[in-house]
Amino acid sequence: MRLLLKGARIIDPAQKIDSPLDILIQDGKIAELGKDIARAGKAKTAGETKIIDLTGMVVTPGLIDMHTHLREPGFEYKETIASGCAAAVKGGFTSIACMPNTFPVNDNRSITEFIRRKAAEANLANVYPIGAISVGSEGKCLTEFWDLKDAGVVALSDDGRPVMDAALMRRALEYAHSLDLPVIQHCEDINLSMGGLMNEGYYSTILGLRGIPSLAEETMIARDILIAEFTGTSVHFAHVSTAGSVRLVREAKKRKLKITAETAPHYFILTDESLQGYDTNLKVNPPLRSAQDVEAIKEGLTDGTIDVIACDHAPHARTDKEVEFEYAQNGISGLETSLGLSFSLVHEGTLTLEKLAEKMSWNPARILNLRKGTLACGVDADITVINPQLKWIVDIKNFRSRGKNSPFHNRVLLGGAILTIVGGEIKYAAPSLKL
Amino acid sequence: MKFDKKDLLGIKDLSVNEINLILETAESFLEVSTRKIKKVPTLRGKTIINLFYEASTRTRTSFEIAAKRLSADTINISASTSSVVKGETLIDTARNLEAMNPDIIVIRHSASGAPHLLASLVRQSIINAGDGAHEHPTQALLDMMTIKEKKGKIAGLKIAIVGDIAHSRVARSNIYGLSKMGAHVTLAGPATMIPRHIEQMGVKVFTKMEDAIAGADVIMMLRIQLERQNQNIFPSLREYSQRYCLNRGNIGLAKKTAIVMHPGPLNRGVEISPDIADDPSRSVILDQVNKGVAVRMALLYLLGGGHE
Repeated sequence: MRLLLKGARIIDPAQKIDSPLDILIQDGKIAELGKDIARAGKAKTAGETKIIDLTGMVVTPGLIDMHTHLREPGFEYKETIASGCAAAVKGGFTSIACMPNTFPVNDNRSITEFIRRKAAEANLANVYPIGAISVGSEGKCLTEFWDLKDAGVVALSDDGRPVMDAALMRRALEYAHSLDLPVIQHCEDINLSMGGLMNEGYYSTILGLRGIPSLAEETMIARDILIAEFTGTSVHFAHVSTAGSVRLVREAKKRKLKITAETAPHYFILTDESLQGYDTNLKVNPPLRSAQDVEAIKEGLTDGTIDVIACDHAPHARTDKEVEFEYAQNGISGLETSLGLSFSLVHEGTLTLEKLAEKMSWNPARILNLRKGTLACGVDADITVINPQLKWIVDIKNFRSRGKNSPFHNRVLLGGAILTIVGGEIKYAAPSLKL
Repeated sequence: MKFDKKDLLGIKDLSVNEINLILETAESFLEVSTRKIKKVPTLRGKTIINLFYEASTRTRTSFEIAAKRLSADTINISASTSSVVKGETLIDTARNLEAMNPDIIVIRHSASGAPHLLASLVRQSIINAGDGAHEHPTQALLDMMTIKEKKGKIAGLKIAIVGDIAHSRVARSNIYGLSKMGAHVTLAGPATMIPRHIEQMGVKVFTKMEDAIAGADVIMMLRIQLERQNQNIFPSLREYSQRYCLNRGNIGLAKKTAIVMHPGPLNRGVEISPDIADDPSRSVILDQVNKGVAVRMALLYLLGGGHE
């Protein structure tokens, strides 16, 4: 069967397209992109065509979240691969890359294969496992990068735990570079952040909560920029949250170093001021920063210093969050709110639609070396249809993710996914969309 | 004036009128503790739970005595003897206690914000008896009561708080309270003990103790927690006491009439020399303890509906 999407505004940063076009999907691939495509397209092959009228809607290459925690194996009470994928497609994501901090850690072929098998069974979003840099993410010995790559990992990271040993980081970057495997660093000097619970500043002072200084993130970013420069390799920085980090990455990019960086919606929407009620749903790592940091993150998004918006989807169970702030786990269940929150950047003029699609699809595809993130003919038909004027209220009761830990509950958002197509198949359609 | 808050979580939330109401109520209770029969029937039939997740002698005893002098029934729960050791969460403990219909729960907890969590869950009044490095409101109230008695006022006084400000809930509650009441608060401690941007709370900050206590009407010394030495916030007790111990020498920089306070327990010879701590013309440390009972009686009375 063919799918013909008609009348939408097509955004494809890779092809520099922003115009009203039709898209014909056949055999799971993008078959044709053009004005007023006929029912069967140019090919005129036999078979039925399902036509979907998308007047007033925006079509982008399928969104890719390069920073998701799927929790399986090991923490199925927080999230399973199936529930995480269901959340992904509802949030408009066609592909997600999952971090290795499961139990056991995804540091070997068998865990990677397990994740891929479970994802195939779920048959919703594409799942790309990220392998651990070090065995057990303990920061001591490198994992088998070649074998992991052969098994299907698209990147390496010890996310949640930074690679503190600079020599190990150097070796990881060198070895991974020769395999074309991107390395993603969780930037945090744990000697500086030790025991910290929130951003160190005025609000940590008055709340009596131990602070995590912006310095903890920036020290690590500065170090890894130097290592990447010295070794001629590339490195990707996960969830950048501070003004100083943006400045360091901007300078590194000016010097043509192969540095890329991501941030998450909560780092451009929320500040540490919001922690005054000790709401554990606001506890994340890195922590919510100051208003000046939020401004700097937005500037970094606008000028291209920050390449990617990623969810850092970190689902948790009630038992992980309904405790004293100090004992609560870090993280926000983000897959189902990320697009709506990020779309506020378009409404306020921080990003154009094209730039948003770049940061949520094309750039993550390029960083992870995926032949995705574009609507070019011949690529997998991964497509996200967005209603830019969709006004909706975040309600955790409607989350498909097992993790209901969202500080955005009851927030009114403008813009959301109404249709998610993965490999030519409809994986999510909003009830409002009459198909 | 009626006290219409459900809980006392911090001085930050109190207005000047509310602070004055608490202090005035406390004064009226001072006399009860001097009677032969130290008991009034005000809170007869009320149940007060002292839920202490952190060791305490002074504060817990003070709350218990305050409750008993008002004829309330008191129950003391300490973390080591409760379900906490069996892994019960604070939320479950709270709901179980709530089901037994107490009237007031007094909580001390090492985690900042724990009383706020409790207050959001149960219908009973919550009194914060110290949470992490956040607030210790009853300590600040008894400190204010002591200052008011000794100095006749709070407004306009120069008050120095010296020591480990970063880890001190007493410091934070007093900064809020004393500033609201019009005092000029100065802080002193090694830079490693001064939390970031604390000057935004409206205080002057010094790293030399002498600069903070010069001309002071009140000097409040904070306890040094000896285990902090492992965190490298100070090199040694020897060096700390050489620079930040209140003694016969440096107290001369303060006003001749300056009083010395300490929330206890004292590290004699570390932050305060014994001859200052024991000098009746300077030290009001035991007056603070004495006021503590009255202040807690006032709060139990105001929150326990004794005024209705």
